[in-house]
Amino acid sequence: MGQGLAALAWQGIRWIWSLLLGILGTVSGLQASAGSFTGEASQTAGSDTSKSWIAAVFKKLFSWDVIAPLGVGILFLVIWDLFVRITETPPYLLPGPWLVAQTLVKEWPTLFPSLLITVQITLLAFFLATVGGLMISILFTQSKWIERSFFPYAVVLQTTPIVAIAPLIIIWLRNNTFAAMVVVAWIVAFFPILSNTTLGLNSADQNLVNLFQLYRANRWQTLIYLRLPSAMPYFLGGLRISGGLSLIGAVVAEFVAGTGGRRAGIAYQILISSFNLQVPRMFAALALTSVLGVLIFISMSLLSNFMLRNWHESAMKQEN
Amino acid sequence: MSYPAITLHQVNKAYNNGTVALQDMSLTVEPSQFISLVGPSGCGKSTVLKLVSGLSTMTSGSLVWGDPSRANDRGKLAFVFQEAALMPWATVLDNVRLPLKLSNVPKATSEEESRAVLDLVGLSGFEKAYPRELSGGMKMRVSIARALVTKPDVLLMDEPFGALDEITRSKLNSDLLNLWQDKRWTVLFVTHNIYEAVYLSNRVIVMAARPGRVTADVAIDAPYPRTESFRTSAIYNNYCREVSERLTEAMYGGRQSVAIS
Repeated sequence: MGQGLAALAWQGIRWIWSLLLGILGTVSGLQASAGSFTGEASQTAGSDTSKSWIAAVFKKLFSWDVIAPLGVGILFLVIWDLFVRITETPPYLLPGPWLVAQTLVKEWPTLFPSLLITVQITLLAFFLATVGGLMISILFTQSKWIERSFFPYAVVLQTTPIVAIAPLIIIWLRNNTFAAMVVVAWIVAFFPILSNTTLGLNSADQNLVNLFQLYRANRWQTLIYLRLPSAMPYFLGGLRISGGLSLIGAVVAEFVAGTGGRRAGIAYQILISSFNLQVPRMFAALALTSVLGVLIFISMSLLSNFMLRNWHESAMKQEN
Repeated sequence: MSYPAITLHQVNKAYNNGTVALQDMSLTVEPSQFISLVGPSGCGKSTVLKLVSGLSTMTSGSLVWGDPSRANDRGKLAFVFQEAALMPWATVLDNVRLPLKLSNVPKATSEEESRAVLDLVGLSGFEKAYPRELSGGMKMRVSIARALVTKPDVLLMDEPFGALDEITRSKLNSDLLNLWQDKRWTVLFVTHNIYEAVYLSNRVIVMAARPGRVTADVAIDAPYPRTESFRTSAIYNNYCREVSERLTEAMYGGRQSVAIS
């Protein structure tokens, strides 16, 4: 019995470990692709794997998946620029893209530290939402009664407009505004993970559930060997949504809190710029926020593809 | 003195919505018998397997395992579902190893035993493959390997080859039969394919629907091994005709004449 528990604990650690490896694998994948551009790969050019890495990265960079959206982006910038020039719109209404870029460079020393604050709020809230959402969903699937009793309140928390509760939370945690903002972002971000993972944990193949029952698997074995792996695609889908939502939550929190000083986030800079009619600066800060959001989404997509590469349809390349 | 492997006595099963899945089912299964349950959908043939495996509970009646002087010991039982029901995230080896892993068998032992059964079902070399890389027939072989890895005494099979094409099905039929002759499990095999039932079994139980009940018990007195030539023999055709007639009687109350092939 003790041995069985130890084996289960070990399996649990391995599951978390494989998730961490997934994150690392994604990061190292990015590094490898970066390395191939800095000439680092030439040392190992003899091995087939590094060659195929370079080939894969180049193929990816010059694929339509990258070129097509890039083209749309450039076209959009050109139209934006032409529109501003032809209509002679004043910069305090709509600055041209070039002016925004210049402002971004000029204001970098004030904007970038603010961005880092927002990154901290976002990532901490996202992390807590991931852990919390996963834990609560596991709790829900252990007992129908717990799910029945508490799930409606999770929904209430989700459907109550965050802008309405945010001031309350900021008043309650007035001594620690950073924590208050993390809590606000957490409330926005945790629900998709909770609902997705709960759905996933309940979606295990019924035949496999029967099989586990037949072999007298206990609750934890069923959770670790069957329900958690079945829930993985759903959980990763939840991460993709929640990553973006934690940023939105952080931005809302900063807007409501309106704190300045050294701990001012990027959203506060947007707010201040709009008060001072520094519209180009506002656009620059907005651009940084968007880039952050896109980066979070891309890293979650890469993580998802890496974790599911061996088995799930979403990560498969289809050849027909 | 030898005892039957499984005895069902006047078993009834009704679902909460009022459907009578089984009515007064009595069946004595001798050890090492290969019994097929044949009948139209809704006749409760899958319900029998669920009751025997303990996945479902009967409304009334009794089910006795083996020697009645011993407690109701299910012995070593394995279930093969209609779908292969493999874990898509696990390799073939890990899928086969699952039952041993669940009973905390050390990894080295369980891997060795899993490799052995994979060899038995003709899938050596596919240990590291994932289920999506396999054909339907190969997936079913993995599923059978997973059932055999615990060295069961009783094998319950619920239309295991129902979703496969005819060629794959007949190949799997003869492979299964060869394994059975060697291992001599007690097999309860649910199918709606008369030819498959006659080819495999030494006993075919014909069932009728609404309510689910047994209407005929046909002994297939043909020696094993049954080779490919058995499939074209007169004795095989006669048994197929007989089971088919019993099945038609079960479905239409025997008022219509039957002609097959």
